[in-house]
Amino acid sequence: MDGVAQWFLWLHQAHGANFTIFYDAFDSARFLRGIGTTIRLAVVSIVASILVGILGAWLQSHPSRTVRWPVTTYIQFFRNTPPLVQMYFFYFALGPALGTALGSSTPPLGNFAWAVIALSFYGAAFNIEIFRAGLEAVPRATLEAAESMGLSPRQVFLHVVFPLALRFSLPALTSNVINLAKTTSLAYAIAVPETLFVANQIWSDSINVLEMMVSLLIVYNLMVGVIVAAAHWLERRLRMPGYIQ
Amino acid sequence: MQHRIFVSLCAAIMAIMACAGAVAGTLEDVKKKGVLVVGVKTDYPPWGSRDQAGNIVGMEPDMAADLAKRLGVKLEMVPVLSSNRMQFLQQGRTDVMIATMSINDERRKAVGVVEPLYYASGVAMLARKSAKIQGLAQLKGRKICALQGAYYNREVSERWVQGELVAFRGVTEGEQATLSGQCEAFLYDDAILIFKKASEPDKWRDFDLVTIPDIAPLPWGIAVRTEDRDAEWGKYVSGVIVNWHRSGLLMELEKKWLGANTPWLTEMNGKAGK
Repeated sequence: MDGVAQWFLWLHQAHGANFTIFYDAFDSARFLRGIGTTIRLAVVSIVASILVGILGAWLQSHPSRTVRWPVTTYIQFFRNTPPLVQMYFFYFALGPALGTALGSSTPPLGNFAWAVIALSFYGAAFNIEIFRAGLEAVPRATLEAAESMGLSPRQVFLHVVFPLALRFSLPALTSNVINLAKTTSLAYAIAVPETLFVANQIWSDSINVLEMMVSLLIVYNLMVGVIVAAAHWLERRLRMPGYIQ
Repeated sequence: MQHRIFVSLCAAIMAIMACAGAVAGTLEDVKKKGVLVVGVKTDYPPWGSRDQAGNIVGMEPDMAADLAKRLGVKLEMVPVLSSNRMQFLQQGRTDVMIATMSINDERRKAVGVVEPLYYASGVAMLARKSAKIQGLAQLKGRKICALQGAYYNREVSERWVQGELVAFRGVTEGEQATLSGQCEAFLYDDAILIFKKASEPDKWRDFDLVTIPDIAPLPWGIAVRTEDRDAEWGKYVSGVIVNWHRSGLLMELEKKWLGANTPWLTEMNGKAGK
């Protein structure tokens, strides 16, 4: 790794392209930590948003209106407001309010937790609609055939509805997951030390805005590329040969 | 048809590039435009902030107004932050920058700092009384709010906190996070923290002002683009600043906005008088 550092140091001295993240120990350590935080934010938010999405989709198909109405309100609130506004609201308004309500001088949750909450709820609002669309796309004829074959409602859901709904929602779910992974960069506004925040710190200290911007683009491209590759692999694995909708 | 579109697109691009390349002296440009665009802070009272009506007021807007008056042009002030003031200047969005910028070697390389320098400030913290912070040594592992782009962030973060600072883009967000308990202290220039503690004692009653003499105070400078510094524009601005020191305008403005004169400025005024 020393050779890489030497080359980038030479690049800075000879051509003025200042990539401190390769030759400066502190900058490279904090940039890697920043990438780690982004990955953690993304993974936790994606998993949480899928779980809340499944819960919400199930509640939305409930016969009772008193169960469906809170879900609709929740979706409206989190889909109609920008994720950055949601994050600011949670960190600057809800956090201190919660702290005073619980009687402590410090808010109960730190900025990472609030970022995860904001991102998960934001992603889940879209996921609920995606899962609902997937569920409704299962043909009625297939359901009736399953019931007439004597399968119990639980068996129908597990063996017929869920596999088909999963395959139908996968393309939309993939794009929402990618969107969520990129939206993690908004957490910089509440000072979560993720990639964009750390890059901003580095370029303020070393005045190498252009180089950091290029590095950021490459890093985000690679991270999202991994998600896209995983999604494509999943789609191929789940494909049912001969089933054309 | 496609060939014609391609050729006209090339011609358009070349025309745009030619315009960008043909930069006459900035001084001429400003006089021709009739407008001086100055980058100022709007969240750093009393050097730059907004009054009740939303106008940008403060010591630096007053300096900018004087510069525009001398040139005989209108003044347009563009709000900037520590994290983008140099970039705005470099991109040509502003003609000159008067935005509480401390001068160190790295900044001199990025933009053209005009001598003489016009102010100075050190570093301080508004620390929560219950946090028992007396100086840099107690900062290890603590959550300290700061502003993105400050020159001392790296030193404090690397040596003393040994972690990332909770840094925000604007003073308001940093203040809010500190007051609501998300951080134990607010690290920023002593000039503004002294002013805030003195002018809003109720708001900051749970906080102590902790000065940090370990980090040397740095003087503030006005900046123009690097290529302008030794050209007409830089020389003109330099002459104006010398005049400000000599005529005592800066001392007057300091008295007006801060209430008293600081030793650094008094010394500079004395030196200029010679």
